[in-house]
Amino acid sequence: MASPSVRKRLPATTFNLTRRMDVKGRVFEVALLMAVAVTLGAVAALISQVFFDAWPVLSGRFGQFLTSGLGSRPEISGIAQGLRGTLYLCFIVAVVAFPLGIGSAIYLEQYAKPGRLTRFVDLNIRNLAGVPSVVYGILGLTVFVKGPFVGAITGGRTPLAAGLTLSALVLPLVIIASVEAIRSVPQELIEAGYGVGATQSEVIRHHVLPYAIPGILTGTLLSMARAAGEAAPLILVGTTTGFLTNIPAWWDVGQVRERFTAMPIIITSWVRQPETGFKVEGAAAAIIVLMLVVVMLNSVAIVLRSRFEKRRQG
Amino acid sequence: MTTQPWTVSDLQGSPRRQRRETAIRRLVFAATVTSVLVSGLILYSLAFEAITFMREVDWSTTWGQLGWFPRRGIFDLPTIMVATVSVTVIAMAVAGPLGLAAAIYLSEYAPSRVRTVLKPTLEVMAGIPSVVLGYFALRFIAPQLVGNLFSTAAPANLLAAGVGVGLLIIPLMASLSEDALTAVPHSLRQASAGLGARKVTTTTNVVIPAAVSGLTAAGIVAASRAVGETMVVFIAGGAADSVIKSYNPLDPGMTMTAAMASVASGTDSIAGQGQAFQSLFFVGLLLFIMTMLLNVLADKFVRRFRQRY
Repeated sequence: MASPSVRKRLPATTFNLTRRMDVKGRVFEVALLMAVAVTLGAVAALISQVFFDAWPVLSGRFGQFLTSGLGSRPEISGIAQGLRGTLYLCFIVAVVAFPLGIGSAIYLEQYAKPGRLTRFVDLNIRNLAGVPSVVYGILGLTVFVKGPFVGAITGGRTPLAAGLTLSALVLPLVIIASVEAIRSVPQELIEAGYGVGATQSEVIRHHVLPYAIPGILTGTLLSMARAAGEAAPLILVGTTTGFLTNIPAWWDVGQVRERFTAMPIIITSWVRQPETGFKVEGAAAAIIVLMLVVVMLNSVAIVLRSRFEKRRQG
Repeated sequence: MTTQPWTVSDLQGSPRRQRRETAIRRLVFAATVTSVLVSGLILYSLAFEAITFMREVDWSTTWGQLGWFPRRGIFDLPTIMVATVSVTVIAMAVAGPLGLAAAIYLSEYAPSRVRTVLKPTLEVMAGIPSVVLGYFALRFIAPQLVGNLFSTAAPANLLAAGVGVGLLIIPLMASLSEDALTAVPHSLRQASAGLGARKVTTTTNVVIPAAVSGLTAAGIVAASRAVGETMVVFIAGGAADSVIKSYNPLDPGMTMTAAMASVASGTDSIAGQGQAFQSLFFVGLLLFIMTMLLNVLADKFVRRFRQRY
């Protein structure tokens, strides 16, 4: 109502003047955008470098690359054993780390009473999440490969030993993600469950877990991607970098107690070879395969979470 | 209808149901115990051989030597520790500003349409395995970036590896910093705008100071991750089994983690015996202590920013 008179007292040039003066604001925003562009540019450079290097393999013999084993000549070498090893490791992590991680998250969120013990367990989990992955490799080497009794079960430097090592590595990540998902369950839902006479485990199974499961799944998929890409612990556990005699059948479960290799290890050992067929083309093609596995797991996890968030808002 | 007085056992439910409750409770408790067990086992596996190493090693070989030659019994600790520090500093010089800028942009500036694309992109970037960044550091950063800027640089050097580690930890730095920035209450921003402050002033003089302890924690966690990062330096650092001491990041180098990986990648030949093998555990213990201290420090800062709001 009073706007015409206000306009008279404050001419439009006042706003124009201040807008023109906000050089600092513009510079700041442009600097932020440039930093983001540098980060995204680095990712783009990475992807194009890898594709450029891998092109001879991708265009010429990708099918054969996926199905043949390690060899002494780069032109005929492939990653079949590595892909298999990585899938074994993911499977072991899913079987070992996920139940343990989700179980402890349930205990910490639903059963544990606040006290010194709970605080200690909580602090311990957060510290474990910060332990470097090579150190987990030492754990694997000492306990799962050479440990008394355990070493006999795993059979030494095998997928089983490496899978257990990676399970220990991702356990804190699974716990932290699951705790967060469980914490997001509305208290009313839980109380309603108790109100109709359900026991604690029934409330957890029928109300808490169904509500929290997308969040838990996101965390577990991200952990699995992490396990698939880890190389350092596998080097310490003693994954084979040389030749493996044969490519056994997929259904041969006994292979979890044989010598093996995995995708990150193949990449590491090829990069250190002198021939460009291994060092550049082979390594880059293997990176593309590994990235496909990891990015797929990550993207599924991220899509799942965004759906979950939408559902909670809606 | 005959009514009988209720007893306590009526209210307790069926014994079968109770037994199942106890069983499930014990099961999830056992799962929780495994995480404590893992910590215990880590300490056990580090301490045993590390103590043997410390008792048996000739300490004069760990200081003031030509470099790190584990197979010849020369364990010059300054060589690998200085390399670790310089890689961490280089990585933070890359990831600190870039990660922080991405976080500020995401939390203060980005329109929601940009946000929904940028945030998942950073998350997928966080999933890139470290071997991939090692390869990129060796094939792109070292020849194209470092090689062109410094003519004296070795073909594979610590600077390139450090930049690679920096790229690796940008997403971590960005997401932790963004958490710290979004935790700043909205009322502070509104009050600042109400006083007539511009957006840039609000961001630099109100939001960032309010989030400073969270941002510090983010930096410490990212640095701790850089200290513990293995594969990038192992692949792109340019040192194979041993390394000559050099404090110049343009030379090939080996961090503590890379030194561990390189000792271990020869475990077949040294068959798990000897001092070189034990040095693995000693360096591992040092690394464990260093990252633990950093994490505890970060936790202190996080606690402070949680208390405030």
